[in-house]
Amino acid sequence: MAEEVKLLKGNEAIALAAIRYGTDGYFGYPITPQSEIMETLMDEKPWETTGMVVLQAESEVAAINMVYGGAACGKRVMTSSSSPGISLKQEGISYMAGAELPGLIVNVMRGGPGLGTIQPSQADYFQTVKGGGHGDYRLITLAPASVQEMADHVALGFDLSFKYCNPAMILADGVIGQMMEKVVLPEQRPRKSEAEIRREQPWATLGKTRDRKPNIITSLELDSSVMEKNNLRFQAKYKAIEENEVLYEEIQCEDADYLIVAFGSAARISQKVMELARKEGIKVGLFRPITLWPFPTRRLNDYKDKVKGILTVELNAGQMVEDVRLAVECKIPVEHYGRLGGIVPTPQEVLEQIKKLKN
Amino acid sequence: MENIVDPANLVYDKPRLMNDNPMHYCPGCSHGVVHKLVAEVIDEMGLEEKTIGVAPVGCAVFAYNYIDIDWIEAAHGRAPAVATAAKRLNPDKMVFTYQGDGDLAAIGTAETIHACNRGENIVIIFINNAIYGMTGGQMAPTTLMEMATATCPYGRNASLNGYPLKISELLVPVEGTCLIARETVHTAAAVKKAKKMLRKAFENAMAGKGTSVVEFVSTCASGWKMTPDQANQWMVANMLPVYPLGILKEK
Repeated sequence: MAEEVKLLKGNEAIALAAIRYGTDGYFGYPITPQSEIMETLMDEKPWETTGMVVLQAESEVAAINMVYGGAACGKRVMTSSSSPGISLKQEGISYMAGAELPGLIVNVMRGGPGLGTIQPSQADYFQTVKGGGHGDYRLITLAPASVQEMADHVALGFDLSFKYCNPAMILADGVIGQMMEKVVLPEQRPRKSEAEIRREQPWATLGKTRDRKPNIITSLELDSSVMEKNNLRFQAKYKAIEENEVLYEEIQCEDADYLIVAFGSAARISQKVMELARKEGIKVGLFRPITLWPFPTRRLNDYKDKVKGILTVELNAGQMVEDVRLAVECKIPVEHYGRLGGIVPTPQEVLEQIKKLKN
Repeated sequence: MENIVDPANLVYDKPRLMNDNPMHYCPGCSHGVVHKLVAEVIDEMGLEEKTIGVAPVGCAVFAYNYIDIDWIEAAHGRAPAVATAAKRLNPDKMVFTYQGDGDLAAIGTAETIHACNRGENIVIIFINNAIYGMTGGQMAPTTLMEMATATCPYGRNASLNGYPLKISELLVPVEGTCLIARETVHTAAAVKKAKKMLRKAFENAMAGKGTSVVEFVSTCASGWKMTPDQANQWMVANMLPVYPLGILKEK
């Protein structure tokens, strides 16, 4: 069969990929710049084909708690929002982490703080990879840099979240959500049957059969000695994710004197910067973290002896740069360049920063 | 005495789905009786293998420790949203929430109203004891005027605290609801009546008729600083005039 190539917005790609993954439910609340996700799902009417439930909730808070309820039943459920709405979902994300529930959350970031702007931003890096909600938990975080990756990360996010019983987030931005590119969607997969879920997710609350004890989904434990054990179990899981699930892309890093580290749309701009720099004889490589948590700390550490300096390019005031500095143990200069509040930098202005780093 | 323990003489038994875990509820609290009714209705309707309960934050946070069914413990006030997804993704299941007045009528007001407005085929069991029991007796949205609590120690005052929220009455014009009833469990006759209403609510959910809300005007002897018997009498004298019993809506 010939490959089916479509021209889609990043947000549309997420919606169509979700249907094809065999997602059981989507629960969301409209917010710019990601409303096309729910609009596309409603337009596709997947409840008539795969049986997928699509529901517009009364708030982001309700939507994430619907995800919590669906996930408790062992279902593949997701929600999407943008920065202010994601702040509202933090309670539910923390509860999901505490109850060890899988689920996919999409954040198509916009500029903040507060109501901010509807233009693209990457200012929710800290919120996403350092916590966001309360408690010692981690959120698996994927950073797509193309419409193709918006589609691909749906399956990747669900698979990782079910593998580790932990929520996962696709951390995109307004550029990736709104831009149109060619994309190949995955094959349609069937949704899991109740029998399959009962077998694969034996903890799911689908009704207690006589041959087992009640399944109870909770994050509550009043006995602090048990709660500490629960936390240690979470930490061991996070360590396993850090050991096994790091993803990144390296472009022309082998001979590089300088490295740009960037994710999402900033990485797309940086790829152009790299080309411009090389035309001027500056050997620049691009290191693109795909998983922001787990962060490619170990791989970046290798570069402390290989390159003369690193520039992180982010659509924020300097967030990931802290993790890059830690990764190279501050052995080489690590500078940050970012534009704020929804402004996207031009390749030329980033190139000037590379030249500054060089001098 | 030996005759008394003869199974042939058995006239009353603990519900099969209630386990032997020691209850954390205080003596005289209505929760234990309502738990019993929930367990009985599920068992009598043969729904044990189909039921998903959603527990609140509040005194009933540990409801899952006492009734042997599958449970999801929701964040404070979010039980109707959690139940919405559980039911929509499993339309053949019996899904109910069990919530107190703070959970349902304060922090979870939006989730309550919108689940009802969508006509989710779930049962909302609402325990109204006019006080926050779990956190030590603070003011609830349903706290009566002049009633003293830890956070309105001089009595509920309209200018400072507003008025007792009659959330069940508020839900009457909401199109998605099919049954709204207010019951109590302070006498044997009331318990019997309440159980019938609860069963009707469960039947509605399984028949896909919409959202059923059964409010239980309840006692909190500890929070009210009364003996269980005083609490029952105080409830009848003070709570029932504000929260009158009966069917508020049925369609």
